[in-house]
Amino acid sequence: MEGQATLNRRNFIRLSALTGGGLVLGFNYFLSSCTTEQGSGQAFDLNAFVRIDTNGKVTIMSPNPEIGQGVKTSLPMLVAEELDVDWKNVQVEQAGLDTEKYSRQVAGGSGSVRESWESFRQVGATARQMLINAAAAAWAVSPGECTTENGMVVHKTNGKKMSYGKLVESASTLEVPKDVKVKSEGSFRLIGQRIPNIDNHAIVTGQYKYGIDTKREGMLYATIIRPPAFGMTLESFDDSEAKKSAGVSQVLRIENKIAVLGRSTWEVMQAAKKIKAQWKDDGTLESSADMTQKLHELLAKAPKDKPRRKDGNIAQAFASAAKVVELDFDAPFLAHNTMEPMNFFAHVKADGAELHGPIQLPERARKRIAELLKLPEEKISVMMTRMGGGFGRRLMTDFVEEAALVSREAGNIPVNVIWSREDDMTGGFYRPMYSYKYKAAIDKDNKLIAWHHHSAGVGGSASPDSFPAGAVAHYQVDTHSYETPVSTAPWRGPTHNYIAFSEQSFMDEIAHQTGKDPVALRLELLEQAKNNPAGKVNYEPDRFAAVIRKAAEISGWGKPKAANIFQGFAAHFSFASYVAQVAEVEKQADGKVKLKKMYCVVDCGTVVNPSGAETQVEGSIIDGIGHAMYAELTLTKGKPDQTNFHAYRMIRMSEAPEVEIHFIDSKAAPTGLGEPALPPAGAALANAVFAASGVRLKNQPFIKSGLFA
Amino acid sequence: MAAFSLTINNKKHDVDVDPQMPLLWVLRDVIGLTGTKFGCGIAQCGACTVHVGGNAVRSCTLPVGNVGQEKVTTIEGLSEKGDHPVQKAWEETDVPQCGYCQSGQIMAAAALLKSHPAPSDEDIHNAMTNICRCATYNRIKKAIKLASTK
Repeated sequence: MEGQATLNRRNFIRLSALTGGGLVLGFNYFLSSCTTEQGSGQAFDLNAFVRIDTNGKVTIMSPNPEIGQGVKTSLPMLVAEELDVDWKNVQVEQAGLDTEKYSRQVAGGSGSVRESWESFRQVGATARQMLINAAAAAWAVSPGECTTENGMVVHKTNGKKMSYGKLVESASTLEVPKDVKVKSEGSFRLIGQRIPNIDNHAIVTGQYKYGIDTKREGMLYATIIRPPAFGMTLESFDDSEAKKSAGVSQVLRIENKIAVLGRSTWEVMQAAKKIKAQWKDDGTLESSADMTQKLHELLAKAPKDKPRRKDGNIAQAFASAAKVVELDFDAPFLAHNTMEPMNFFAHVKADGAELHGPIQLPERARKRIAELLKLPEEKISVMMTRMGGGFGRRLMTDFVEEAALVSREAGNIPVNVIWSREDDMTGGFYRPMYSYKYKAAIDKDNKLIAWHHHSAGVGGSASPDSFPAGAVAHYQVDTHSYETPVSTAPWRGPTHNYIAFSEQSFMDEIAHQTGKDPVALRLELLEQAKNNPAGKVNYEPDRFAAVIRKAAEISGWGKPKAANIFQGFAAHFSFASYVAQVAEVEKQADGKVKLKKMYCVVDCGTVVNPSGAETQVEGSIIDGIGHAMYAELTLTKGKPDQTNFHAYRMIRMSEAPEVEIHFIDSKAAPTGLGEPALPPAGAALANAVFAASGVRLKNQPFIKSGLFA
Repeated sequence: MAAFSLTINNKKHDVDVDPQMPLLWVLRDVIGLTGTKFGCGIAQCGACTVHVGGNAVRSCTLPVGNVGQEKVTTIEGLSEKGDHPVQKAWEETDVPQCGYCQSGQIMAAAALLKSHPAPSDEDIHNAMTNICRCATYNRIKKAIKLASTK
């Protein structure tokens, strides 16, 4: 999911004349699949990228799922920039899943903008060139004599102007030009402007229809009773009371679950409580405390798998070390807790299915449903709704599968399966538990010469090339994989979300033990990575150093402060972006600390939409702080102990720190932004707490330490 | 089941439902006003906030039978044209990320500004206990202050 986008793919762009008049540009990575639908007017219209009507109205389709990361605004901005239209005249429509016309309809890996940067601009630039060519033909001049200005083609010298709306019909009869140049960086008019979220008005007036709001003629609401613990199976159930409950139409067994269908969400949820189900324990019920124990046992053993990374020889380095620094960390399970609980609409018919709802990976959902229902994929439509959060949970397809099965088993009726908060928190997929053991060797010259990262977690857990990899001569990453019936999934900033905390806390400890300034130590290591790299270096040391220096500068790092103010530093590279943060805490008279402010510097290349970018970073930081401070999901014999927000603490407004953000001015291609600012936040806070109290926080949630006001 | 005559957004709605059904679900599933969101069902997150008798109320735990003659206002009825100062401030400050919790946040903020036209940070923190999983809290606070000047 990481690394730079491959931008040299050949884009194919085509057009179609609409019956109503207008220019439509389609776009695809795959030539072969494009030719099949040439001229299929209406269907084409729905999914094309850009539509310019004869009245000049511009509609840009947004193919990527919108999860709150802002791509329904930022991706169409890329098209509009090159097309040279006034954003006020642009309408954006969400496209459904169409793997023939679009590529990468995914919300994940902080990849939407970085993967689309070249191709989306190419679409806009090509449409613009066709409009120029049409005007040039009409004026009998060379296209080179023409330019564009806010929805008009303009002759550079004679002042003639023609609106796009007047040109679209003739433009749509022209050849599609190839290899049109996009604007050079520095000449953007829209990119770099603060553009508000395109759906704001619909959201603030309550008009936007999220998946959970889906209602159709004849549709039933459904709730599902799932096994109460991971490792339990359904034996039998008595639904006689539930069936008599008002508003209930059907009770069905769906594999290992029971579905209750009826006319309202509340009535089916009430009826579900009346079902007496017998569950069988398959002998794999685990408690999280036992799992921590087992992870520690794994870490006590020598790693049996091949190291995930191995530079130099750590054994020799540790043998020759003047000093060895060690720290252990444990990470709890975390629930995703999207504000919109899982839900999906499905209407399965004999020969096809309609799916509609919040999903980060619509293509995977369609594939799963096709397998499950034994239907060809092309008979299944998927429409993505704006998601009330995802954070990785909606990369899974379990809730779509449930909806499809319920619809089919209920007799091919339309259904909206809605999860209660309790269902969502206890029946979910979690950020896996991990345990980490860090060990570093310091030589007689006080230099960091070896770093050993040893981890155990569900599915293994390591980010082997993460800094300071590349900066330390002897570097090794070992990991153990642990199997559990508890289902896990990526969680915002997968792996990074905890690695950054542990690694950056350990870095702070090394600085402390070597008597070095934490910023100076990082810069020293980056200098090493630049001049004398060890093994593969997946980050650019200069860009990394620049965010660190800037964060030190804006936070007044190392400068005199009030006696009760302490700062902590953290920096992390993920999703191709560089982030450095400083947390500032206030120590009260009773010794307790309170987080007051976070400073953050980001290098994510070109910032497409500063308003969207800032809110992503600010939200990521507060999200990262909130989860580090308060969150954990524990299990007792396979059953989650926290069932709702009364027991699972989420950060609230009064606990959110002030956040100051600075973006490095860059003309480089954009990199990830929805996740990278989250991982270091917990470490910056923990390091500030260490500065204030001398206590090293090694486990989340921090609130359990009793150090906080 | 029992018949209730509710005044929602200045419009009368006659419904025949279980008196225990929370107002949230009457609004969403019976009347079709889906702007009010379901988040937790236990009055913790505030996604379901509406005004009942002018006060901010978490509708997920308010049985419809307890609404009585009080007027109910939902996000759809906060303003006729979507131009309530809080709605305008939310757009101007570009508050929403995923947006799901925002109707509840806006209803809570509108009630706060009615009782405290120039709220302090403390007033805002006390009134705004709704959860935003995207953590847009700082922009929410900024938008409330902006709305208080409108």
